Amino acid sequence: MTRDTAAGRPLPLPATVVSASGVTKRFGRQQVLRGIDLAVRAGRITAILGPNAAGKSTVIKILLGLTRADGGSLAVNGAAVGSDPGYRAEIGYMPQHPHFPENLTGREVVHLLRDLRGDAVPEDDELFGAFGLPAELDKPIRALSGGTRQKLNAAVAFMFRPALLILDEPTAGLDPVASGHLKAKILRARHDGTSVILTSHVLSELEELVDDVVLLLEGRVEFQGSLRRLKDATGEGRLERAIAHLMQRGTK
Amino acid sequence: MTAAVKVFRYEIQDLRRSRWLLGYALLLLALTDALLRFGGGGPRAVLSLMNVVLVFVPLVSIVFGTMYLYGARDFIELLLAQPVGRTALFAGLYAGLAAPLAAGFLIGVGLPFLWGGAGDGSLAGPLAMLLAAGVLLTLVFTALAFLVSLLFEDRAKGLGIAILVWLAATALYDALLVVVATTFSDYPLELPLIGLTLLNPVDLGRVLLLLRFDTAALMGYTGAVFERFFGSRLGVGLVLAALGLWCAAPLLLANRRFRRKDF
Repeated sequence: MTRDTAAGRPLPLPATVVSASGVTKRFGRQQVLRGIDLAVRAGRITAILGPNAAGKSTVIKILLGLTRADGGSLAVNGAAVGSDPGYRAEIGYMPQHPHFPENLTGREVVHLLRDLRGDAVPEDDELFGAFGLPAELDKPIRALSGGTRQKLNAAVAFMFRPALLILDEPTAGLDPVASGHLKAKILRARHDGTSVILTSHVLSELEELVDDVVLLLEGRVEFQGSLRRLKDATGEGRLERAIAHLMQRGTK
Repeated sequence: MTAAVKVFRYEIQDLRRSRWLLGYALLLLALTDALLRFGGGGPRAVLSLMNVVLVFVPLVSIVFGTMYLYGARDFIELLLAQPVGRTALFAGLYAGLAAPLAAGFLIGVGLPFLWGGAGDGSLAGPLAMLLAAGVLLTLVFTALAFLVSLLFEDRAKGLGIAILVWLAATALYDALLVVVATTFSDYPLELPLIGLTLLNPVDLGRVLLLLRFDTAALMGYTGAVFERFFGSRLGVGLVLAALGLWCAAPLLLANRRFRRKDF
């Protein structure tokens, strides 16, 4: 199965963009992940949900190679996550708290990331325009407001047209207008064939974005499937109620 | 390794605008200039500067380095999420931090000599040694800053440890040597003391400088031994090798830690 991307190149589209089996991780005495099995479907928007300390950010960090799993295996786009950093060329990452170097300008940060990635793809500067960033790019980061830094953080994640976007609390710290631009962009990225993994604690906002849901509870996958299946399984009409239902009773 | 060069270049860009680094260079500049003007002539100014170099350079290198690395942690995470290997990133980060610190030192101490008239060539040798010792100590203590910031998650704790390391190297270790020397004063201590001196990078810097200034006789009763031993080419080579080791060992440990670390 192939699909045309925005750049016009046909890409083989694997059924899953992320597959994990039996991933475990312990921090000191705390067993954070107790065997995670995941199959994140390509070309869809998947939300990783769960209460605090359920292991959401650990899963994301293991995906990015920031944290090493103790056991199990993990593949992104068919490439095993291990010592070769090359697979990360396919990933655009928007961290929750961006801390860019204070004395650099936004433009210099963009240049550095472009340099490091060395992608030949024409860049996607749509979000830069939508956020009004070009006027801010020549100021040092320390002169930018928190909201503007967050906008830069989002724009940079989309810039290299990655096959997989990982967005950690993407709308936190954005004003409603910017948040709207970002959500529209996420939907357009999916339309162009990009897979998106995101976390958020604002469940109502996910309802309009998300195709699939992964619910983590105490280091295990409690539920994995489409939003519709989640609602059917729990008999609840809204994501928030469905999640609450699962967290209280569980389906397994 | 090209990723290392890219990271190195960005860090230089960032740090050359750092107000702290500018302050460091200006302070050294003012101090050196004042010592040259009012410190009673070139050789004595160089000798006074020696103490500045031995105390101040390690302090700034390890404290500024540690602070910078804790501050850069989130950005390092973002860099690690790019298709870049960890060792390349580590190499770029270290060079990018050590080079501006060394440059700040060279400018701060070197410029006043240039305009203040190191006119007669007699000072060139000691000055070169002073600059070399300062750069070497910068490299060593920046490496230690990397090690400290990678070993301790907590910023306040890391900063405390960094200051402790500096205190140990500049003051506590010498106090220890004195205790050893007085306790075992009945024994021939020259060689053991030389051995112990090699274990402290600041002492290594001091030996390197003192040999150049012909003041070995001022170094108490071991002075003669020091001069006889270190004055030779072999001695200087040994001191330089030990300083190199002091730079390489923390770096290797820190890189090992960096490669395995969970961010």
